[in-house]
Amino acid sequence: MEEQNLELKNIEQKEYDDLVNKVKPKPPVLKNCIWAFVVGGLICTLAQFIQNYFMGLGMSRQDAASYTSIIMIFLAALATGLGVYDELGKRAGAGSIVPITGFANAIVASAMEFKREGYIFGVGARIFSVAGPTLVFGFAVAFFIGLLKVFINS
Amino acid sequence: MPGKKRGKQTVVFHNPPVITSSASIVGPDEGKGPFGSYFDQVLPDYMFGEKTWEKAESKMLREAVKLAINKANLKEDDIEVILAGDLLNQTISANYAARDLSLPLLGLYGACSTMAESLLLGAMLVDGGFFSKVVAATSSHHHTAERQFRFPTEQGVQPTVTTQWTATAAGAVVLQSEGSGPRITAATVGKVVDMGQKDMSNMGSAMAPAAVDTIKAHLDDLKRSPDYYDLILTGDLGKIGKAIAEELFVVKGIVPKPFYNDCGVLLYDENQDVNAGGSGCGCAACMLCGPLLKKMQEGSLKKLLLVATGALMSPTSMFQGESIPCVAHAVAVEMN
Repeated sequence: MEEQNLELKNIEQKEYDDLVNKVKPKPPVLKNCIWAFVVGGLICTLAQFIQNYFMGLGMSRQDAASYTSIIMIFLAALATGLGVYDELGKRAGAGSIVPITGFANAIVASAMEFKREGYIFGVGARIFSVAGPTLVFGFAVAFFIGLLKVFINS
Repeated sequence: MPGKKRGKQTVVFHNPPVITSSASIVGPDEGKGPFGSYFDQVLPDYMFGEKTWEKAESKMLREAVKLAINKANLKEDDIEVILAGDLLNQTISANYAARDLSLPLLGLYGACSTMAESLLLGAMLVDGGFFSKVVAATSSHHHTAERQFRFPTEQGVQPTVTTQWTATAAGAVVLQSEGSGPRITAATVGKVVDMGQKDMSNMGSAMAPAAVDTIKAHLDDLKRSPDYYDLILTGDLGKIGKAIAEELFVVKGIVPKPFYNDCGVLLYDENQDVNAGGSGCGCAACMLCGPLLKKMQEGSLKKLLLVATGALMSPTSMFQGESIPCVAHAVAVEMN
């Protein structure tokens, strides 16, 4: 009896799901893709200009890339602080999340958000509340790749 | 005299409590909406002169309660109990507002259904003869809700077409055993309904079945047809939830159209950037305490069924893979 009820409930929920999917408007995928492409592309183009400028000053490619990252992170942090980056992200989606600037935005936004709970239990404890998973799994993958490299080389 | 219970979930009031006054305070975006001029106060910003959003929300609730008491020509001391709640953990907005008012508080949590829940319980307390002057109030704030349930507000997250905008709004009513004004004549306590929806950015779809379930129970229990009411109004289903509710009405054989609408759809203009519409406790609260009760006072609206809807999940339960349980309470407000 109980099993039967559960099955009925499942069917009911499945039917309801179908109704929701029928009524729900389709997301504007093309528009979102264009926004993401253009904004993501512009962020990368800006970074490329900065990198070329530093290389023009005689820096090595690697040094120039590091300085470029630092500048991009600064710009994203500034834009977050000024309340511009979230407006951009609303439209650009992945276009502004995937570049390094999105990572900076996630950290600065958390820091701003939790500042009111103080520097220790607010900013300190919560600053990586969004970016944390990226760091944890980034470290984990780096560790295993490193391990792999040691074995392959030996 | 027959008892006050009707059917399974509904009560009627023998001495229907009177809404002697109401007050609403809303945020800047709600003020720009089509009903902006109906609210008592529109805030120029989200801080309300406070240091944190949480303090701002609590102040909105407190000031709305004060204003409602004032408009009823009462003193704060005259109020015997406040029934209030909000969306924040441990309902801090209500707790701190009641602390500052130093009035007895019964704190409630019905998520966005709190306005109907507090009205329903307040009406029971007044009609039951326990108290004669009660305040029912609730609030929500866009930024406090956003940071508790979703992401930091400055993070660049793309909303989906189904995302709703938590209203920054507070509403309060004074309920009295005597006086003039619209009366609460009946109320239905809603069941918790869960149709297995798990999308936190599509709350309207999760809540629509609860709203329809309560409306059906209300009409069945009182043996009423939907056109008894001039308007059946759900709390915050938004555009998508409303469209689904309309489909479900047909399935259940109740057709309240064209007298059916939703506060989340009404609160904002088409061109305001709120995706599927408004949500939050304040959504139903400010619409009731602002435009609706004013229209009832003017006589252009006589019989209203307010069905405030609430999604009862928490971020923890969502991360643990649970679906969204929802509730809706109905309150019939009539003006003779």
